Amino acid sequence: MGKRSIIPYGPQHPVLPEPIHIDLVIEDERVIEAIPSVGFIHRGLESLVDKRDFNQMAYVAERTCGICSFQHGMGYCEAVEHIFGVDVPDRARYLRTIWAELGRMHSHLLWLGLLADGFGFENLFYQAWRVREKVLDMQEMTSGGRLIFSVNVIGGVIKDITDEQMQIILKTMDEVEEELKVLQKTFLEDYSVQSRLHGIGIITKEQAHDLGCAGPFARASGVKVDMRKRGYAAYGELDFEPIVSNAGDSYARCYCRMMEIYQSIDLIRQAIGKIPKDNTLATPVKGNPDGEYFMRVEQPRGEAVYYVKANGTPNLERMRIRTPTFANLPGLCEMLKNTELSDIGLLVLTIDPCISCTER
Amino acid sequence: MSIMKFAPEALKNLFKPPVTTKYPFVPFEYPERARGHIDIEIDQCIGCGMCVRACPSSALSVNKNEGTWTINRFDCIVCGYCVEKCPKKCLSAVPGYQEPEGEKGEATYQKSPEVLAEEKRKREEAAKKAAELKAQKANEQLANEGNKAK
Ligand code: SF4
Ligand code: SF4
Repeated sequence: MGKRSIIPYGPQHPVLPEPIHIDLVIEDERVIEAIPSVGFIHRGLESLVDKRDFNQMAYVAERTCGICSFQHGMGYCEAVEHIFGVDVPDRARYLRTIWAELGRMHSHLLWLGLLADGFGFENLFYQAWRVREKVLDMQEMTSGGRLIFSVNVIGGVIKDITDEQMQIILKTMDEVEEELKVLQKTFLEDYSVQSRLHGIGIITKEQAHDLGCAGPFARASGVKVDMRKRGYAAYGELDFEPIVSNAGDSYARCYCRMMEIYQSIDLIRQAIGKIPKDNTLATPVKGNPDGEYFMRVEQPRGEAVYYVKANGTPNLERMRIRTPTFANLPGLCEMLKNTELSDIGLLVLTIDPCISCTER
Repeated sequence: MSIMKFAPEALKNLFKPPVTTKYPFVPFEYPERARGHIDIEIDQCIGCGMCVRACPSSALSVNKNEGTWTINRFDCIVCGYCVEKCPKKCLSAVPGYQEPEGEKGEATYQKSPEVLAEEKRKREEAAKKAAELKAQKANEQLANEGNKAK
């Protein structure tokens, strides 16, 4: 047995985009145990419900995260809508689906870029982000914000996507698909990339299930969970199957996210094809909410849970957000065991950590 | 599995113009809907304060009597909720982001003196009318009471 020592990793680290701190117990360059600590950027966002009314909270909830912003706003609004018992107009449901999938695409492209950066492939990193920029342009064109949409309100949405804009989106989707095929060849087939991803950081199906992993992290280990299958927004009327891989290693995670971008393109095409033409975008709500609801949405990083408890006053009694990264942290620590110290940076990236939303 | 998969792309990119533009020498084109900052047509504003109550980040304040509307642009998150709430539709989210500044400051918009004078005149007129009405009512009441007493 070699000498044990502890190496602190993070919260500031060159490959890490997010402030997580992990104490790595190592023995001869192999990690024996990983002890995470979070809490560097706690913002107290949930306690804002005391000071802001439930309508304002839709804008606050959206700002939990810069990357899955739309899905946070949607999760919160759907929860409050269920408490009110209002039906969201059909067109609004489809619009939400389109925006949510645009968000997923840009998040996954961001991750692919970061992954390439993590294993030192700068050129690939730039190319992934170049493609992502096209998706961001679509978001800015339709909602007015590159990342923060601010289109969700309780009862529906406040902006419409016009027919011309839909055509532009469809055209961009074709372009993105073409460019993605080029990137896919490198990400999934190139020797140097594979040697950095294959067989590293394996989480088995049982482990993923027992540790409650979520999102592409769980799906890459063969656990077929996808909250979109619950059919919120317009997902119930669209045809798709969760993308699952059985290998459970870093390569499988890369594969799942890559394929999910194609899936998102497909879902956007389906949604644009099926979107009903009506003019109402939001059902007005009257009075204050009273009751509680659990809303589960599938964010790019996995399942997010919104718990909202209202007591008939404008201010909610409690709002709780369980973000996907929080669910994935136990899986991450398990995965880091018995790996080489040099792989840690990359492995932490493969769960697509979003610590800022985890700490809210 | 093969090696150098990306080499053809990388070579091609050598002969393509860069995708980034030379901002600020080449101006950036905002899309029509871009939420850059909040603009106000101050002369339309009635000083009702709906926007102040709506703002999630408490960036606004109004003074009805002085005809001013103040925004702290560094607090504003450009969510657009005030735009939704304004009954006179005098607020709008327009393209163009807030420029960097040395210090956090507030921007105050003041109604033009004519509009302010006009409003003041109207207010005084209304107050006068109300006073007259009140006096008339009081007189009538007195007269009524006088009649009853008779
Ligand atoms: S855009 Fe939002 S944050 Fe800015 S002033 Fe209006 S309500 Fe306040
Ligand atoms: S809501 Fe509109 S009219 Fe009322 S104070 Fe604000 S800007 Fe003026």
